[in-house]
Amino acid sequence: MKNWMKKENLLWLGLIVLSYAVLNILISAGIINNVYKTVLMTIGINIILAISLNLIIGITGQFSLGHAGFMIIGAYSCGVMLKSFVSGVPGVFLGIIAGMVISAFVALVVAIPTLRLRGDYLAIATLGFGEIIRIVILNMKITNGAAGLILPKAVSWHMIFWAVVICTIVVVNFGRSAHGRACISVREDEIAAEAMGINTTQYKILAFVLGAMIASVAGALYAGAFYVIKPDMFTYSKSIDILVLVVFGGMGSITGSFISSTLVSLLNTVLQQFSSVRMIVYGLALVVIMVFRPSGLLGRKELTFSGLLKVLKKGKGAAQ
Amino acid sequence: MKTMKKAFMSALAIMMAASLAACGDSSSDTPSGSDNSGSNTVKIGLHFELTGEVADYGNAELKGAKLAIKQANEAGGNYEEVIYDNKSDTTEAVTLAAQLANDGVAGVVGPATSGSSAATYQIKNDAKVTVISPSATQIGVTLDPSGNVYNYVFRICFEDSYQGAAMAQYAVDTLAKGKVIIYADNSSDYAKGLTEAFTEQFKKLGGTIVATDYYSKGDTDFNSVLTKFKDMDYDVLYIPGYYNEAGLIIKQAREMGIDCEIIGSDGFDSESLIDLAGASNLNKVYYTTAYTTVGASDALQAFIDAYKAEYNEEPSMFSALAYDSTNLLIQAIEKAGSTDSDAVRSAVENIEFDGVTGSFSFDETHTPIKSVLVVTLVDGVQGDAVAVSPDVD
Repeated sequence: MKNWMKKENLLWLGLIVLSYAVLNILISAGIINNVYKTVLMTIGINIILAISLNLIIGITGQFSLGHAGFMIIGAYSCGVMLKSFVSGVPGVFLGIIAGMVISAFVALVVAIPTLRLRGDYLAIATLGFGEIIRIVILNMKITNGAAGLILPKAVSWHMIFWAVVICTIVVVNFGRSAHGRACISVREDEIAAEAMGINTTQYKILAFVLGAMIASVAGALYAGAFYVIKPDMFTYSKSIDILVLVVFGGMGSITGSFISSTLVSLLNTVLQQFSSVRMIVYGLALVVIMVFRPSGLLGRKELTFSGLLKVLKKGKGAAQ
Repeated sequence: MKTMKKAFMSALAIMMAASLAACGDSSSDTPSGSDNSGSNTVKIGLHFELTGEVADYGNAELKGAKLAIKQANEAGGNYEEVIYDNKSDTTEAVTLAAQLANDGVAGVVGPATSGSSAATYQIKNDAKVTVISPSATQIGVTLDPSGNVYNYVFRICFEDSYQGAAMAQYAVDTLAKGKVIIYADNSSDYAKGLTEAFTEQFKKLGGTIVATDYYSKGDTDFNSVLTKFKDMDYDVLYIPGYYNEAGLIIKQAREMGIDCEIIGSDGFDSESLIDLAGASNLNKVYYTTAYTTVGASDALQAFIDAYKAEYNEEPSMFSALAYDSTNLLIQAIEKAGSTDSDAVRSAVENIEFDGVTGSFSFDETHTPIKSVLVVTLVDGVQGDAVAVSPDVD
């Protein structure tokens, strides 16, 4: 069993290195030009956002609609850092750290009262908190209010790639740890979990804070990569966009979030020249997915090498 | 296991479909690209908010810009428009800026809003693509994060602050007022910029700010604040903001018996203002704008006629600004005699442009030096327009 795990991990590592190498080659060969590079960065940031929300919604089963609130904290931490204190890549790193600390604190403040709520009530409460964070930033002096911040570019796609890798490893390993299994038990049946001696509120808070911190990383990277941040970019509709990515890919499936984030960004790029029908096609795609696959593209399943190996083995067995 | 396999297959199928579509997209791009490099067509990028929140502005500007290109082609030019829609989304605007730089356009007009414009400037400046912004009015938007002007970025509208200062000048000089109450929208940078500039200029000219109060976008009931104002000692009310709220404020103020002069900004410039405030309440109301059809010059009249003939509707300030931006770019390209980015850029920088929104040249921040128009409303209709140039340092 141990060997299996090891092999699988090596395969994942291989996939990471391979995709990094392929992207590098494609970029240096000019096949991925500046346009696709921005698309690539959007995909990366969307993946981080989707997996961080997936941790809260998919793994722990808590319905949060305030995710953009944590993204904006990360974005402004990094933005203010770049603008007023340290520029360049060190500024981005400091901004990411500052964003994670602040959003962890805010998430804790939000989580302790609200995570005692369930379902719709929790959704509305988090939605409110997301807006509160945004309005606070809108009225602060250092954030330049409604005009937002105009920033130099400080984040390359390499940084985003490795951030995606790190965040994914954190989320996946959390999901498989004892804490993660406790979170899954909360998702499956809160009362049963409580009866088994799991402190449900504590695990809900843990997942919520971790998700918030990862979302703030995405926000910080966004600020460093996309020149302008304004409070009105992070309204609840941004939270809904993230939610759509999670539901589209499958709640609880990290690989599903990867696929959905990639597909949605690509769909958007492909449909660029048909601007008037773009949102209709996008909406239609969502309707079709929800009708035919109500649990999202992958449901709760993951695409894994162990699964792939099993399929291959089975196929081989059948052939013999 | 079976469902897992099915899921994997369907995901794979979708990915393949998407990549096929992407291939189809790029292959259809290539032939048109090679066609253009063969002939001498000059490509002009039009990058606007055609869908999403501020689609009104974007579409109005697109119409103005397309009209300018059409007229230039009729006059013997060979211009082709490359149109992109950024969905009123700054992330999308960044991608499109890279796309336009790739497309090899001679220059770009747009986007309409300051936020989206600011998101594109760095990329276009790095790629040496000249940008003319029709309506990016935010303070300092043509400067990069370290405060230097972007070499390739120009705008043809005045800054928010300039408009605020012009209104202060007009209030003191022409209306002879000295005591103002400011009632501003606190949710837009536009209104904040106006408030600051107005306050500064008004104080400089010896006026007193009696009170400054704020409302938020979407508010509909202003009675409590207006009641508070009513008992104060003031002679003019300044409302920097958009027509949605300003219309209701004017209506409620007039109904309450506040009959002093009300002054505002180009956010008032909409047909909806009459619907919201009621025509009879719109007397002694003045606002600053870059564009009015009152006392139109011959050039402006010709533009209005051409626009009506083309689209069967009245042009707005945004269409006029985009029309001017596009014409300015075309003139610069013709003057430069080539589409070489540096030649076009320096032609734009040194231009003396005579357009439908006024004559102007660029200052060192690539912002035009032109006067602001103050429009007087009589029963909701534009009665008179005066040009004002504030004495700002």
